[in-house]
Amino acid sequence: MSARDDAAAAGPGKRKASPGSVRRAFQPWNDPAARPLVSFRNVAKRFGTVTAVDDLSLSLYPREFFALLGPSGCGKTTLMRMLAGFETPDAGEILLDGVDITKVPPHQRPVNMMFQSYALFPHLSVQANIAYGLKREGLPKPEIDRRVEEMLALVKLDGLGKRRPDQLSGGQRQRVALARSLAKRPKLLLLDEPMAALDRKLRESTQFELMDLQSELGLTFMVVTHDQDEAMTMADRMAVMSHGKLVQIGPPDVIYEAPANRYVAEFVGDINVIEGRVSAVAGDLVTLESPVAGTVELDEETLALKPGEAIFVGLRPEKISLSHDEPEQGVNKVAGEIWDIGYLGDFTMVQVMVGGDDGHLLKVALANRSRRIERPFAWEDKVWLSWDVEAGLVLPP
Amino acid sequence: MKRLGPGLILALVVGFAFLYLPILALIAYSFNASRLVTVWGGFSTHWYVTLMSNEPLLDAAWLSIRLAFVAATVATALGTLAALALARHGAFRGRTLFTGMVLAPLVMPEVITGLSLLLLFVAADVERGFWTVTIAHATFCLGFACIVVQSRLAGFDRSLEEAAQDLGATPFVTFWTVTLPLIWPAVAAAWMLAFTLSLDDLVIASFTTGPGATTLPMRLYSAIRLGVSPEINAACTIMIGAVAVAVIVASLLMKRDRLAGG
Repeated sequence: MSARDDAAAAGPGKRKASPGSVRRAFQPWNDPAARPLVSFRNVAKRFGTVTAVDDLSLSLYPREFFALLGPSGCGKTTLMRMLAGFETPDAGEILLDGVDITKVPPHQRPVNMMFQSYALFPHLSVQANIAYGLKREGLPKPEIDRRVEEMLALVKLDGLGKRRPDQLSGGQRQRVALARSLAKRPKLLLLDEPMAALDRKLRESTQFELMDLQSELGLTFMVVTHDQDEAMTMADRMAVMSHGKLVQIGPPDVIYEAPANRYVAEFVGDINVIEGRVSAVAGDLVTLESPVAGTVELDEETLALKPGEAIFVGLRPEKISLSHDEPEQGVNKVAGEIWDIGYLGDFTMVQVMVGGDDGHLLKVALANRSRRIERPFAWEDKVWLSWDVEAGLVLPP
Repeated sequence: MKRLGPGLILALVVGFAFLYLPILALIAYSFNASRLVTVWGGFSTHWYVTLMSNEPLLDAAWLSIRLAFVAATVATALGTLAALALARHGAFRGRTLFTGMVLAPLVMPEVITGLSLLLLFVAADVERGFWTVTIAHATFCLGFACIVVQSRLAGFDRSLEEAAQDLGATPFVTFWTVTLPLIWPAVAAAWMLAFTLSLDDLVIASFTTGPGATTLPMRLYSAIRLGVSPEINAACTIMIGAVAVAVIVASLLMKRDRLAGG
């Protein structure tokens, strides 16, 4: 997918980068002339006393792969079910292609959904499952047969059309569910936790297949997931949801490298959060004193910080370097002792206690570039942590 | 498997003997060559032959079957709808009352059901006969049908129906193409159960029937009052056979359904 390649080539997005400065092939959300395919306008939904979706507005654009990420109970499934028509908003409206569909029943919406449980009809063959929606459209039989074959080929299940769902593996069932939801050529495909039932290897390959399929067919996908890897791999844009509200919307790299607040930073990826007090602001350069990490300097211009202000600073584990000798740089370093080493194959997660035994544990991720089994660091080693001026980011609460 | 001790085996044998010896005696004596019910006179199928020329008994049997067929069909249709309402609409206002009212005939003494229906039919000035018995039977079978279908719907994956609607099926089409094909074993079992209940019933039928509509149990009962003949034993044996087959089929359907649904 070209949008992602370009984003990767442009390097990690920095918060100071204005939207136009990072070239992206596909970013209709930044184009004022682009017409959204779906618009939620001030949508709210309550179940009893629980507010599932709270005055939420959101636009999805044609051909976009959009991921809705959040912990269970954050309202992401409700939002998707409102789009499919299974829930009716208490307030606000939902537009599809400019048409208000808030009150349209599910069977009249040009939107299809792939269910988390796949919801394959157990009494029908694979063919009949895929043909189900086409039959409801009243298409002639030859046309239905042709489309079913086409869909089976698309999801690489040729020849399995006569089987029953219970004669298929989990991965095959997922493909049938996908084929069935794509058969009607919906304007928008909703995917509810599409990979949740697959094992890890299969999940990875399926993610890429899904992305290829989406760009090949030129469809708009909205996927709901609690799995951040899944969201980051597939999505052009993702939204992080919490308690019925969208906390941040943006491309995955922006969400990761420039999270809007502490919640997003901690939900997406691993991060060390340290407290500090601003001691000086000189242009983009903010200096702060932290009881945990000493003097910290960081690059920050969007937030108007004043000396004396107490703030939280986030440091991603992979952006911290580890060494036995004291680094030459004057700031952005702290001494500590290794408490724990978690070897994960591709990288090693080291927990370093800084500020004495009752201090603060900081996580450092070391890429395992060498095949040597002997690691340069061991438990109880005295080490130094250091990072760039660009690594730290200020986290609004 | 835990082995049973001698005490438990004895209890089991006595219990089953108490339940089934009378029935076995009845079946055995239906093949008795002697006219006296209590004296064994050798094996014979004579009474089954004379039964076939007993017009009033055959008429009653045919009426009972037609009646049970209609009553079971109505009860199953309504019971299925009631089960859907109970399973689908969550905690709607008056749910407890509705549940209670649907299931009340299960525990209501038959005499009371029969009497109250009789009073209703008299008050409404309805001519009593085939249809009044049918309505009465449909009423008391409905609760049984509802329970059987409801137990199936409890394990039903709602997302199947949502998927159907998502693919463009109206709620009505969804019911016919997805819900019903998936719950039909339970619906068939409910029908079998209702059919059997209607075929067996004596009390309610006696209350609600009129001239010219005598069901098989009523005919047998009145025949017994004039003296038990082995012919009655033969008729009862056939009925036991029919009911046993229906009950076994119903339980097989429910078992198969549980396996498919699990």
